[in-house]
Amino acid sequence: MLLLNKDQVTNWLNKLMQTCQVFAPVKEGDYFCFKQISSCDQVILNYNNTRVPPKEVLFPRSEKLFCYRCENDGVQLTEQIDESKKIIIGLRPCDAKSLLLLDNVFSSDKYQDPYYLTRRNNTVLVGLGCNQPAGTCFCTSLGGSPFSTEGLDLLLVDIGDQYVVEVLTERGRALLSGMELPAADQEAQEAARMVKEGASLSSQVNLEGLKSRLDVNFYDPIWDLIHEKCLGCAACTYTCPTCHCFDIVDEAAGNEGCRIRNWDACMFPLFTLHGSGHNPRPTGKERFRQRVMHKFKYFVDNFNAIACVGCGRCIINCPVNLDIREVLAEIQGSEVRSDNQ
Amino acid sequence: MKNPYLPLLMRLVKNFVETEDKLIHTFTLEFLNEEDEKSFQYLPGQFAEVSVFDVGEAPFGIASSPTEPGHLKFSVAKVGVVTTALHQLPEGTILGVRGPLGNSYPIEEFKGKNLVVIGGGFAFTTLRSLVTYILHPQHRGDFGKLTVIYGARNPGLLLYKDELAEWEKRPDIELVTTIDHPVEGWNGRVGFVPAVTKEVAPSAENAYVVVCGPPIMIKFTLPVLEELGFPPERIIMSLENRMKCGIGMCGRCNVGNKYVCKDGPVFTRAQLNQLPNEY
Repeated sequence: MLLLNKDQVTNWLNKLMQTCQVFAPVKEGDYFCFKQISSCDQVILNYNNTRVPPKEVLFPRSEKLFCYRCENDGVQLTEQIDESKKIIIGLRPCDAKSLLLLDNVFSSDKYQDPYYLTRRNNTVLVGLGCNQPAGTCFCTSLGGSPFSTEGLDLLLVDIGDQYVVEVLTERGRALLSGMELPAADQEAQEAARMVKEGASLSSQVNLEGLKSRLDVNFYDPIWDLIHEKCLGCAACTYTCPTCHCFDIVDEAAGNEGCRIRNWDACMFPLFTLHGSGHNPRPTGKERFRQRVMHKFKYFVDNFNAIACVGCGRCIINCPVNLDIREVLAEIQGSEVRSDNQ
Repeated sequence: MKNPYLPLLMRLVKNFVETEDKLIHTFTLEFLNEEDEKSFQYLPGQFAEVSVFDVGEAPFGIASSPTEPGHLKFSVAKVGVVTTALHQLPEGTILGVRGPLGNSYPIEEFKGKNLVVIGGGFAFTTLRSLVTYILHPQHRGDFGKLTVIYGARNPGLLLYKDELAEWEKRPDIELVTTIDHPVEGWNGRVGFVPAVTKEVAPSAENAYVVVCGPPIMIKFTLPVLEELGFPPERIIMSLENRMKCGIGMCGRCNVGNKYVCKDGPVFTRAQLNQLPNEY
């Protein structure tokens, strides 16, 4: 463990910016978001969490897959793969964990997504522990914690005027080269321990038995009730660090254009609408069920992990206060019945 | 890292009006690059994402058979933005193709077995691929008796009429075509596919059945197949769901935890019985 004075941070980031794109939390309107910074003045590290998760650094909400140009006797394709070196500074442990989950999606036995994976391999993650988790946080219910190091290269623990720096990987260590940071002394280590102990979460979700319940309740009448409040606005999916659905479209101009992928959401009716007019998920009920099932059952079936990190963004951003913690509790509390179609 | 989003370039060499209502066209595409053709190794039942540049991509079952080298065929109904654009394309246009995608019909399992192929309407595209593959002189001996039951509303809506006529003449395939209502000059059967299947009563002994068609046809054909003694493990179906990426990432074609694009589109009825009815 090393010790980084807060007044050294500017110097450190300036150094990093010379060789890499540095993404850090900045304030935009009433919210925080991860942006590529050009000056350290913008960076705010005493923030709670960003509205949109840092997954967008690796999986942008809109990105070019390739450009094409139609010529007399052919079409020229130009791949658009971003190979720049990146550092994300100050991401929360829950968001770091979400990237480990997304890795499963973008890299399968058969197919690798070169856009995500190239950025992922070129990005170093510097986490920031959560001294004061929000009331909507429930990471500990999902195997995370406010100071989890999972998936991170460095973890910063704020102990007042200094950060205790936990070096977790060689890539993380390399970011500190030339800084000549002292080792954290007994006092600093004790301070870090106190901070960690003091970071308690007020909210818990009982996930015991949830998966086996979801295994059999696809046709349960509970879905008729649970979704009623939902407007289908997809704020939950756009702010979710593990949601990965996307659309692919062509944007044309004259005889050339680009193929673009944009974030999309399972909460929208057009998402699954067939050309024939048939829609396998025709109403809010099926779409809401899909969202819950995908995170808490299908993802578990496929990757042996729940696709939720307990960041609470879907709770904060829902315009009708639909709370996933309550939804899961309702499912847990519903009468057990075996499925029949 | 191979980029699964980059299409291969192909030239549209034929835009053929397949049905008398003109709503189905069959597109024949040739590879622009020889190495692309070598890399495109497919089996009947697989599909590809076809791009019309400036308009977008859509997934279509491959109607040609790997035994017909040099080109790919797709039979496409005009229903949406991409398909409407496709229908209007002049021959010679350069298109993009990504694939082959998805699994295929379980050809290896079919070997040494009798095969019943049941199709309805324009869902005969990958079935054409399958039948053509089996009828190829190099393959025919690997399979037992081949029975094909194919129905459409009227004779003009049957796909691949010239080939049906040729199959009719062959001794190594039993072809039964049917239409919904009698029409003058029609020599095939009259009646819906489920009823005709019951009449033809193909034996389930040592046999697999492949069924593709509109949902209503599937719904009434399945009980007939059950009566005939086909176990769910030997009833093969192919699903369609809206797709974008075709490689299990964009999240829209799932049925339960399976992605139709990556885990399908071909499933046995036994597999579908384990999945929610969301297709």
